[in-house]
Amino acid sequence: MIVRGVQLEVVERGQGPPILWLHGEEGLDPHAPFIDLLAATGRVTAPSHPGFGHSPESGSVDTVDDLAYLYLDLLADQNQRGVTVIGSSLGGWIAAEMAVRSIERIGALVLVAPLGIKVGDRETRDIPDIFALHPDEVTRLQYHDPARFAVDYAKRSDDELTVIARNREATALYAWEPYFHNPKLPQRLHRVTVPTLFVWGAQDRFVSATYYGAAYRAAIPGAQLELIDGAGHFPHLEQPEAVVELVRGFARDRRA
Amino acid sequence: MRGWFFSENAYHLLPDPKEYDSIRVKLPNRYYDPKIGADLYHRFIDEWMIAEEMGLEIMVNEHHQTATNLNPGGPIVMGVLARETRKARLLILGNPIANRREPVRVAEEMAMVDVYSRGRLECGFVRGVPYEMSAGNHRPTKMMERFWEAHDLIVKAWTSHDGPFNWEGKYFHHRQVNIWPRPYQEPHPPIWITALSPSSAREVGARGYIVACFLTGFDGTKAVYDAYRGRRAELQLPAAALDRFAYAALVYTGETDEEGYAGARKLMWYLESNKVPPQFTSPPGYHPITNAVSAMRGNNPGIFKMFQNPTLDGLMEHGLVFAGNPDSVYRQIKKMYDHVGGFGHLLMMSQAGFLEHDETVKGMTMFSREVYPRLKELTAR
Repeated sequence: MIVRGVQLEVVERGQGPPILWLHGEEGLDPHAPFIDLLAATGRVTAPSHPGFGHSPESGSVDTVDDLAYLYLDLLADQNQRGVTVIGSSLGGWIAAEMAVRSIERIGALVLVAPLGIKVGDRETRDIPDIFALHPDEVTRLQYHDPARFAVDYAKRSDDELTVIARNREATALYAWEPYFHNPKLPQRLHRVTVPTLFVWGAQDRFVSATYYGAAYRAAIPGAQLELIDGAGHFPHLEQPEAVVELVRGFARDRRA
Repeated sequence: MRGWFFSENAYHLLPDPKEYDSIRVKLPNRYYDPKIGADLYHRFIDEWMIAEEMGLEIMVNEHHQTATNLNPGGPIVMGVLARETRKARLLILGNPIANRREPVRVAEEMAMVDVYSRGRLECGFVRGVPYEMSAGNHRPTKMMERFWEAHDLIVKAWTSHDGPFNWEGKYFHHRQVNIWPRPYQEPHPPIWITALSPSSAREVGARGYIVACFLTGFDGTKAVYDAYRGRRAELQLPAAALDRFAYAALVYTGETDEEGYAGARKLMWYLESNKVPPQFTSPPGYHPITNAVSAMRGNNPGIFKMFQNPTLDGLMEHGLVFAGNPDSVYRQIKKMYDHVGGFGHLLMMSQAGFLEHDETVKGMTMFSREVYPRLKELTAR
């Protein structure tokens, strides 16, 4: 798919109401059960952000601000309306930045442990510095069951390792400084007037629901927050059924 | 051939490496005693001045948040040396300009050193090692774009003499650039750039700057020099003279091979103590993707391979260390020289770790008296 000259690897799956899935630092795995489960609830469009997965780097897209406009343009190009935008972590940050810019084509927002704001003071490390921690420690912080998600590099193909390396590099490009947040985002979140659901892993050791999630939710009028047991920072990977069930229930509530 | 005496000004009195997981970025500075540190600073400046007396040139570098190098402000020690020395060329290799937020400040500092020293500055620009990323909060992606924009701004600042010019680039903004002082040398001090890979060497070759290789060994160095020469041929530029090529190694010259090896073993502290975990050796975006993939498979990128359990024999075999009696040292340097197509500058790390002052001076003395004249003769032919 090409959006205003920017080439994107996109997974499109399922039928029904439109859903835009925005992956986080973990990248988009087209074979992960989550995408298929989500596609049973609607028409899923899931791009790899420029530089991630197999999407080429783009000379013109190198900030989260650029990504927010890119995906607003994608929705406009496809003339979609009432889209449920779902994003995880970095992808949740992109989704929030889209919604503060324009809700013209957005029907609802589901933010899965989103990043993008700073809660504490200048000396409080809200978000662990993944670039200064041993990779094993990052895995331990981000997963409820780290052993299940430890990557055995020896067993991965060159293509899979290339994707992992590209995902890390692209994460550094978009999130290095300010680190995983936009200082201006909190004062703009009041503009998110579509129904918003926060989904958080109950065992998220990376950014907790009680501290980070609570502050984020308080900034969006009327937003709800649901916890998923047995999940860390990426609940769609550890408990995909539970995440999709929440998304389905959230849609049902809105229709009722 | 010009020989350059170089010291990292390390703080070597560290706890057992079992007690810490990284000598860089996160080793607490409570291990640093400023009173010992002051003595070390003065000792290292004395050693640079002794190098000058022996007819050697002087090289300084810069690193941050590490016990391996206590020069976080390279330009400061350059200022001291510019005042204290009289004839040696003064090389800073270099200013990590992809990491500097204000290139104009770099242009000012370097112009100051050049004027202080009455035109003896040799100005190096480096990308900075991967450990500098977290140490300075520098984003490791798109570094070379930043590097070359900073370079362009600095050179323009040095060479513009008719009042302010405007700079609104991708990475740097400065709307009234008009530095005082301007450099002593015309049009500006010689520029050196470190290259560890052929692709970066091509850029340096196109501009005709001095390319410096650090511990890249026989084949790594040859690949870099060949890329430099090849790029100039492609662009139909004149062939580069020997003085465009520099090679850095650990060097210790003794009266006997045994004495030379003993000195070199002490210099190896620099490699042995370089205990750094993967998040600092491979920050995302610093190395090309193919190297990052290779690192995930357990292959250390480039020069780091030699840092794993180094042995003196291995390091000498690969041309990272030149050591022994004067004949041996000359022979080893000549072998490298012949293999890579010649070079005009030998950058010698000749102090590190527990190598005492007297031992440092002895190694320097033996080199400058017994080896250096033969190297000068070699390149004069």
